[in-house]
Amino acid sequence: MEQVFSRPQSLIDVPFHFCPGCHHGIIHRLTAECIDRYALQETSIAVASVGCSVFLYDYLDVDVLEAPHGRAAAVATGVKRARPDRFVFTYQGDGDLAAIGTAEIIHAANRGDRITVIFVNNTVFGMTGGQMAPTTMPGQETTTTPFGRDPAVNGFPIRMAELLGGLTGTTFVARGAVDTPKNLVKTRKYMQRAFEVQTTGEGFGFVEILSACPTNWKMSPERANKRVKEEMIPYFPLGIFKGGDA
Amino acid sequence: METLFVKGNEAIAMGAIEAGCRFYFGYPITPQNDIPEYMSKHLPAVGGTFIQAESEIASINMLLGASATGARAMTSSSSPGISLKQEGISYLCGSQIPGVIVNMSRSGPGLGGISPSQGDYFQATRGGGHGDYRTIVLAPSSVQEAYDLTMRAFDLADKYRNPVLILGDALLGQIKEPLKTRPYRGTPPEKDWILTGASGRPRRILKSLYLSEGELTDHNWFLYRKYQQMKREIRFETQNLDDAKLLVVAFGSLARIVKSAVGMAREKGMLIGLLRPITLYPFPYAALEKISRKIRNFMAVELSTGQMVEDVKLAVGHKKNQVDFYGRPPGSIPSPDEIFHEIAKVYKKRIA
Repeated sequence: MEQVFSRPQSLIDVPFHFCPGCHHGIIHRLTAECIDRYALQETSIAVASVGCSVFLYDYLDVDVLEAPHGRAAAVATGVKRARPDRFVFTYQGDGDLAAIGTAEIIHAANRGDRITVIFVNNTVFGMTGGQMAPTTMPGQETTTTPFGRDPAVNGFPIRMAELLGGLTGTTFVARGAVDTPKNLVKTRKYMQRAFEVQTTGEGFGFVEILSACPTNWKMSPERANKRVKEEMIPYFPLGIFKGGDA
Repeated sequence: METLFVKGNEAIAMGAIEAGCRFYFGYPITPQNDIPEYMSKHLPAVGGTFIQAESEIASINMLLGASATGARAMTSSSSPGISLKQEGISYLCGSQIPGVIVNMSRSGPGLGGISPSQGDYFQATRGGGHGDYRTIVLAPSSVQEAYDLTMRAFDLADKYRNPVLILGDALLGQIKEPLKTRPYRGTPPEKDWILTGASGRPRRILKSLYLSEGELTDHNWFLYRKYQQMKREIRFETQNLDDAKLLVVAFGSLARIVKSAVGMAREKGMLIGLLRPITLYPFPYAALEKISRKIRNFMAVELSTGQMVEDVKLAVGHKKNQVDFYGRPPGSIPSPDEIFHEIAKVYKKRIA
């Protein structure tokens, strides 16, 4: 019998620690698939951020450097400038990239650093216990917006892909989701392109991926998936914002 | 070797490049701007990279990234900027990543001013950032020493896999003096821990997060032992210890003014010696303790309201009641005459 599906070589064979229904596991797998596809396992230097994604080094079989909260893009700049021949990517959540690390991501993108950024947006601080993130939706209840996010008090969810797509320094910017097989396949393509713009030396690649956090959303995995489609995608539209057709 | 006439800031930049520093990340702040300016001009010629970062925070983290791949990297700033770098310095220590960080300090607290101050002593020697960590702190007092110690800083950082701070001040950074350049003779160690992509070897992880039971305790004990080993690097300069009845302790650029004042006192027959710590961490506790068996009276002189004086008191233990202090908060620099006057007062009270 022909084997048509297997674990990516760069994905370590251990169970994920992520909560049931969390999309990090899927996105980790997609990342590993890209590493394998472009044969980058031996030349990759990953920059792990903080939060649920910090344990990237438990799952990806590549060299990993851990960055302080929000600073992954600046760390990646240092790595890439020192080792321009290596493949350098960050993996960051919304609390990390869109709050404390806003300055670092905008300037790394605008410098056109030849790095790849995988940005997981689940509209909440995950590991710290479900506090409001910059991407939290209006009306969304979190532990620090117990009455729902009020834009008059907390402002509006920030659209990072649109923001970075508007910068001259970026080469490829897209937003995907992994709530359905169809979206997953598209997201895989976006990630491949974000990897390619680095391997070909074209420039900075960024993929935002809408992700479910059933635990902190206090939803079943099915309901959480539905929320991605019904609430998140309308506000955070999917597609390519820079470097290709949507 | 050639003799040049340069600023302290320029000497640091020149020493860094000579020692093999090829990556500089920084953000402008007075009075250390000559360092990034020099680096931006001279790094490209040696195949190096200069990046003006968007903040002090970004620049220390760029250093973290570059150093993690084995490169020699430096950042510099001045007091408020160093406060912002403290997070990154803590991570460098926790992840055991080397790097050289220059603080050409100015006066605070807050925005303060751009005049010289030694008010960052506690921040530099006590860790400064979060967690139970230490960094080697070198305090040059001349342009020549700034050059020499910067070269040494890179060797020490690599040797201990730990960041090394150079603590100068606005005076040292801006003063212009003759500098004798010399070729770097050190040999950067083989680095079997750096991230280069896992080709032909198992992957490596550089991190500071340790969650398993007991793992962080072990890591911190390991770091503690490393900080103890740094005592081998203690350096200081002494003058007139043989017959001294009063030992004056001062560091950095201020120590030069104190030296002149001590010279004036000697001319007047006062038996005064001088100790200038060159490493502020580790502090020369043992040397001072040994001296305290012969010399009973001490005086710390600082450009602050008193920080290093606490280390002098710790060093001399039960004789701490015989430690006098003269400090000058930021805003003006004392003249040798003024310091002579203060030393003479203490000498009269304690000895004459």
